[in-house]
Amino acid sequence: MNRWRGLAVAAALVAVGGVLAGCGSSESANSITLYSGQHVQTTESLVAAFEKSTGIQVNVRSDDEDTLADEIETEGSNSPADVIYTENSPALEFLQGKGLLGPVPPATLAQVPAKYNSPEGDWVGVSLRVSVMIYNPKLISASQLPTSVLQLGDPQYKGKLAFSASETDFQPIITSVARTDGQAAAVKWLKGIASNAGSRVYPDNEMIASEVNRGTVAFGVIDQYYWYRMQAEIGKSNMHSQLAYFAPYDPGYVIDVSGAAVLKSSDQKANADRFLAFLVSKQGQEIIAHSTSFEYPVVPSVTTAQPETPFNRLQPNAITIADLGDGSTAINLLKQAGLL
Amino acid sequence: MATVASPSGTEEPSLQTASAVVAARRKAPSVMLLALSAVVALVLAAPLVFLLLEARGAGVDTVAHLIWRPLTETLLWNTVRLTVVVTVLCAIIGTSAAWFVECTDLPLRRLWAVLVVIPFAIPDFVVSFGWASLSTWVQGFRGAVLVMTLAVYPLVYLPVAASFRSADPGQEEAARSLGLGRIQTFVRVTLRQAQGAILGGCLLVTLVILAEYGAFEILGYQTFTTEIFTELQVSFSVATACALSLVLVLLGIVVLGGDVLVQGKGRVVRTGSFAQRATRRHSLGRARLPVLVGFVVLVALALGVPIGSSVYWMFQGGAQSIAGVSILSASWHTALYSGSAAALATLMALPVALLAVRHGSRAARLLERSTYLVLAMPGLVIALALSYFAERYADGFGYQTAPLLVVAYAILFFPLALVGVRASVAYAPVGLEEAARSLGARRLAVFGRVILPLVGPGLAAAFCLVFLAGLTELTATLLLVPTGVQTLSTQFWAYQQNLSYGQAAPFALVIIAVAAVPSYVIARYFDRLPARATRSM
Repeated sequence: MNRWRGLAVAAALVAVGGVLAGCGSSESANSITLYSGQHVQTTESLVAAFEKSTGIQVNVRSDDEDTLADEIETEGSNSPADVIYTENSPALEFLQGKGLLGPVPPATLAQVPAKYNSPEGDWVGVSLRVSVMIYNPKLISASQLPTSVLQLGDPQYKGKLAFSASETDFQPIITSVARTDGQAAAVKWLKGIASNAGSRVYPDNEMIASEVNRGTVAFGVIDQYYWYRMQAEIGKSNMHSQLAYFAPYDPGYVIDVSGAAVLKSSDQKANADRFLAFLVSKQGQEIIAHSTSFEYPVVPSVTTAQPETPFNRLQPNAITIADLGDGSTAINLLKQAGLL
Repeated sequence: MATVASPSGTEEPSLQTASAVVAARRKAPSVMLLALSAVVALVLAAPLVFLLLEARGAGVDTVAHLIWRPLTETLLWNTVRLTVVVTVLCAIIGTSAAWFVECTDLPLRRLWAVLVVIPFAIPDFVVSFGWASLSTWVQGFRGAVLVMTLAVYPLVYLPVAASFRSADPGQEEAARSLGLGRIQTFVRVTLRQAQGAILGGCLLVTLVILAEYGAFEILGYQTFTTEIFTELQVSFSVATACALSLVLVLLGIVVLGGDVLVQGKGRVVRTGSFAQRATRRHSLGRARLPVLVGFVVLVALALGVPIGSSVYWMFQGGAQSIAGVSILSASWHTALYSGSAAALATLMALPVALLAVRHGSRAARLLERSTYLVLAMPGLVIALALSYFAERYADGFGYQTAPLLVVAYAILFFPLALVGVRASVAYAPVGLEEAARSLGARRLAVFGRVILPLVGPGLAAAFCLVFLAGLTELTATLLLVPTGVQTLSTQFWAYQQNLSYGQAAPFALVIIAVAAVPSYVIARYFDRLPARATRSM
């Protein structure tokens, strides 16, 4: 019976310990809290360099960017967050629309080409990606691939296409198609995609990349960096897929912007502003250029150190941040097509 | 005690035997007990209240629009067919494994008794990661069926094994002597005796599948729960996610209601505990080898694949060094949160179990029953509810701190604690307590020397069940964990989501290693039940 009593005592101790640990975690004066929807490794290296150069401690909370945006909305003026850093602009546009973001200092905004910043000036662009096709040459040849994203709904791709309805990287493409062809055509196009993808509707781009590479499905649309990240992770010898670009200026050839903002409710504004300035500084941008997240630095003077198509050789569609908005148009269209 | 792990009314027969003496002088429950139970019930009801508030906030139109959209049909079909198929498979695997272990001369029985339970301790998302990362075959519906069956069949095995062990062998013998064949005896007597336990296990399986997220996300299978997450992720809408969760709650109510209907019929009557005696085991004869092979295959699939593929990825993706410090810190926080939650949930379950067992009124039983609804709610919803209440009514007090996370775990896994606590409370009939008091023992002495020894093992089992569940919890943790802290499952998830299998794998292995201890305790506890049951009755 002693054994059980020991367990009970241990349980009680653990319970007390839990309460103490909860009370112990307080925020020190010289620290900021960062809500990050960016890739964990990229964020970690940026934060480490920032802490080293400024002595300001950064508490990182990583989750899906839209979940974080929801959290900030629920938290309102109580939000513990000082900075939010996301992979895509719609989450930031959403928070900006709710009046939850504070203005970014002009000097920080000036580092970045204006078209990659918030038109209202409440968030700053940090890095860029481009949408491409990933395909498995064993299942589909390069010449069979569509040249325009509009062909994704064509019957010839039935059973060949992988798709993710919940992937935030695809929403800009939907918005772009609706901008080019109108909403009714976009819904029809999405229904074609739904029918082509069948049961291969995956939760995110990571899964599309890995399934195409493994030969489960012939091709899909992703942002370029997933392919490079996968290659870095599993090794060149395991890569059975390739990338292909849409025709220049195609509605599917879209630049996605990752950005950051300071919350209006932040009580650490000065430190938070320094973090934003660091992200777009030469040092911060070099970290992104060399990181294994394979994103393009947003500052033109810094170019990616990774062996991918240089950013200035891309020929993307002219859609703007303002056109993309908070993504609600894309979501409505997905719902009408029965994909959400 | 026939069916300790069963959440349903199947304990009733033996329970009545245990408390038969008490029944005559059953008193009204004390005010204290009622008050405590009411507090627990209120805490458990918080998520449901939150769902209703939010869904109302969204407006009837939005909710109706959301529910009557084209996707709902797919989701409903996906959810229902998966639930039905997995539940049936679990019933078959769990019941037959239990029968072979408990009722036959299967070689290495003690070893199998532990090995077939351990898969319960491996997080579903690790099982699906293990399978999906090895083969493209495992995805969609068939992947979900395979993975969920292998991950949750122990929920049927545990109660059914306990039930077989304590079954009255006299009935089988009587049936045989009256000329019933072997198979007929098995179907009409043996299975009937275990019916309550099987249904109870199936109920747990069904509810768990309704709320599962991580495994389906990895397998690319859409259910109501994954859609709730999508809704929250893509449309920034807590309200619509809540409206969808209400559908899930409704499904849960349907399942619980169905269980009540089925359980109501054909209740097994047990003669008293004197009928409990050593049973002569059935000889497997020539079937011994195939059955043994079956067990090897089951364990290889349920245990071998997840562990094997984690080890494989750890060495395969060896490019990055393993962050030793972060594993240690994640393990410590995981153990801290799960341990605290286990203690809290066990404490919370005590008054409810006492009320249900000692004062078995209809209302008390309804209360006990309704707590199982919590199982059908995704962890995320419960976390959202707590953060909502903390923000709206407490000015953010406790938000993103360890205590709130612990409370979320305790609510989430309360039903598991109740299963263990209820069984153990039934071991300590109030008569023993009164006898000890009348013999002059003080209150505290009665507790230490009479009550605790009797209920201790059951409480420990409850503690371990919740601890295990907390160890593998993901979605509530993501939302409520203190900023800057990682648990084993959040860290695994972050890496897995980035396709960093090599870095994710060590975390999976640590989860499995940590989980092995409590699952061994649970397996041993359920293994020893009948002996204890006879002693205490």
